[in-house]
Amino acid sequence: MRKLFMNLKQAILITITMFILCGLIYPFAVTALAQGLLHHQANGSLLEINGKAVGSELIGQSFSAPSYFWGRVSAIHYNVYTEDDTVPDKNGQLNYSGVTSGTFNYAPSNPELKKRIEADIKKFLLANPTVKRQDIPADLMTASGSGLDPHISVKAANIQVKRIALASGLSEEEIEKIIEENTEKRTLGIFGENKVNVLMANLTIMKKMDNRQE
Amino acid sequence: MWQIAIVLIIYLPLVILTGHYLYRVTLHQKTWLDPILDKVDAVIYKLCGIKQVDMNGKEYVLSLILSNAIMVFIGYFLLRIQSFLFLNPNNISNMEATLSFNTIISFITNTNLQHYSGESGLSYLSQMLVIIFMMFTSAATGYAACMAFCRRLVAKTDTIGNFFIDFVRVITRILMPISIVVAIILVSQGTPQTLSANKTVQTIEGKLQDIALGPVASLESIKHIGTNGGGFNGANSTTPFENPTVLSNIVEMLSMMLLPGACVVAFSLMIAYRKKKTIFGKQGLAIFAAMSILFLLGLVTVYIAEKAGNPIISELGITQELGSMEGKEMRFGVVQSALFTTVTTAFTTGSVNNMHDTLTPLGGLVPLFNMMLNVVFGGKGVGLMNMMMYVLLTIFIACLMIGRSPQFLGKKIEEKEMKLIALCILIHPAIILLFSALAVVTPTGIAGITNPGAHGLSQVLYEFASASANNGSGFEGLADNSTFWNVTTGLAMFFGRYLTIIIQLAIASLLAKKFWHSDSIGTLKTDNTTFTFLLVAIVLMIGALTFLPALALGPITEHLQLYS
Repeated sequence: MRKLFMNLKQAILITITMFILCGLIYPFAVTALAQGLLHHQANGSLLEINGKAVGSELIGQSFSAPSYFWGRVSAIHYNVYTEDDTVPDKNGQLNYSGVTSGTFNYAPSNPELKKRIEADIKKFLLANPTVKRQDIPADLMTASGSGLDPHISVKAANIQVKRIALASGLSEEEIEKIIEENTEKRTLGIFGENKVNVLMANLTIMKKMDNRQE
Repeated sequence: MWQIAIVLIIYLPLVILTGHYLYRVTLHQKTWLDPILDKVDAVIYKLCGIKQVDMNGKEYVLSLILSNAIMVFIGYFLLRIQSFLFLNPNNISNMEATLSFNTIISFITNTNLQHYSGESGLSYLSQMLVIIFMMFTSAATGYAACMAFCRRLVAKTDTIGNFFIDFVRVITRILMPISIVVAIILVSQGTPQTLSANKTVQTIEGKLQDIALGPVASLESIKHIGTNGGGFNGANSTTPFENPTVLSNIVEMLSMMLLPGACVVAFSLMIAYRKKKTIFGKQGLAIFAAMSILFLLGLVTVYIAEKAGNPIISELGITQELGSMEGKEMRFGVVQSALFTTVTTAFTTGSVNNMHDTLTPLGGLVPLFNMMLNVVFGGKGVGLMNMMMYVLLTIFIACLMIGRSPQFLGKKIEEKEMKLIALCILIHPAIILLFSALAVVTPTGIAGITNPGAHGLSQVLYEFASASANNGSGFEGLADNSTFWNVTTGLAMFFGRYLTIIIQLAIASLLAKKFWHSDSIGTLKTDNTTFTFLLVAIVLMIGALTFLPALALGPITEHLQLYS
């Protein structure tokens, strides 16, 4: 009995000690190290224009203007919203109920998946009349796992060139150059895929359009 | 594929090195961190009144359960009152009762099944004091159990080792140092580590975007090092902040592969060093090889299945050169996703870098089967213990076939042990299949299913396999935050963890107390290639016998429907 009591006492004390060591000291120490050594990354790799944050290098955004690259399908709309989305609409539904992450989780056999992709293909072909259906790469029509994927494949960027050139007033060569500049190659030439960062490419487009207007 | 091969090649020297370190920590031998850590440990022992006395098997298990129970109470209490506490910049409310129950069981058992979403469900304080804390302690508990188990297999006494000392040493000498290094690597790749609130930015199209921040890196590193798997954000390691680049992806995979593999190496050294020094003991190598064969079989299957794409998407006339991209991230592509999926379920971590619900049927079958077997490396410590059950069973069956008396490391395997081994091997499938059966006959269970047809059954099977194997990944479509799912999976995790550990340590105690017999010509050799293949065959055979009917109704039916 005395042994059990001893064990219980040790169990309680070890819990409290680890509670402080692992739950407080460790995360605070890592925070201090990270904030000191890698300030930019530790705060979310934010992109700023004129001192105001417009997004993060690592987090995708949804774009609807024809003059910008469009990213992958997102179940959560990249957590992008307007003020109107935060108040209930006429059906009492909130269009944006707070920051989240995730995907539709449609199984490959789910008929909803086929329906969604077909609708997105139609929408895309309507906005890009010069593109043929068989040239659309699947990454552009499928949803990413996080709903925040910042990248599209190089092919998915290339098929949008004509539309962007027409809408933005930039030449097709300029857009192609923007794709090239914002393409992230496979790490060390082996790991991952070649991909284009949508937000970074669109920031370049915006800057070029602004320069032209001035 | 080169990128897979290179990751696996980097893994081998790392795991052997860590195995040697682990061996030294287990047996209290000198390591280069001792000058500092001996002092740290001494302070902790003093604060907690821990004395360096050896425990017998029963005392060891009792201490393990007592300390886990106390952690459960503190954690549950915190979740229920988190909104009143500090470090809650995003104003998260208190967690509901059954969800708190599920969450606490999930983290104390090293499962990390998440029925909440991190961004909206937990304050920063809870992420640190409940989640990070339990990630360390549950991993340390599992490893301490494994230390106790291995020691008893090679020792000639049952009174050996002290739970509290093992527990502290694992945290201060293994988990904490590696976690700090990995956390900083992850921050360098872009994982945030801050205590300030989420950020709202104005996009260049004039809309608003919320960006979820937090102390992500400090959680992310121990999540993988401790084979925990519970994400800071809802979508786990698919989110760019939890897993920003291909490099972070590789670091996370190696982190979760490191310690379970190192356990096997350390065990091999404990056996081999009785005779002579070596890099990797033969007995351990035979087990490691068996695990590797099962791992590679799974990996190749997922890779081929995902690369082939989804025939329904091909029918729509678009090009699927990159493979099946639904639910995957562009920066990883099919190859890195297939590898991550196999690793996270083989090593029982449960973090995901793509959504397993959207995997092709055969691609989804592999993670499911990995968790059903629960011996392909497995989570920290307990994976090796599970595999040892199969090792003992294989010895028993093989010896019956050739008419010899079964013996392992000089100890005879007899009736009492075999009964417990059989029980231990049967608990896991019983939990999965019985709870799945319950779920599909009750309306509240069926209410959680979100995909029609055969895939619906796969969702149910996956959830309970993940819970019982203490994995924690999910077919995330399942609407699992309801009383039925919170309670049933909570129970599955609880039994899957503690029943197994108790029985396994009991078996080790029984063996430790036995007389030691030297090997003779008649003894079955358990450290050669023949034994490796025999072991693989037994694991696959038992796995197939128990689970094939359920798998046929789930993923296999879905596959046939897709291709018909």
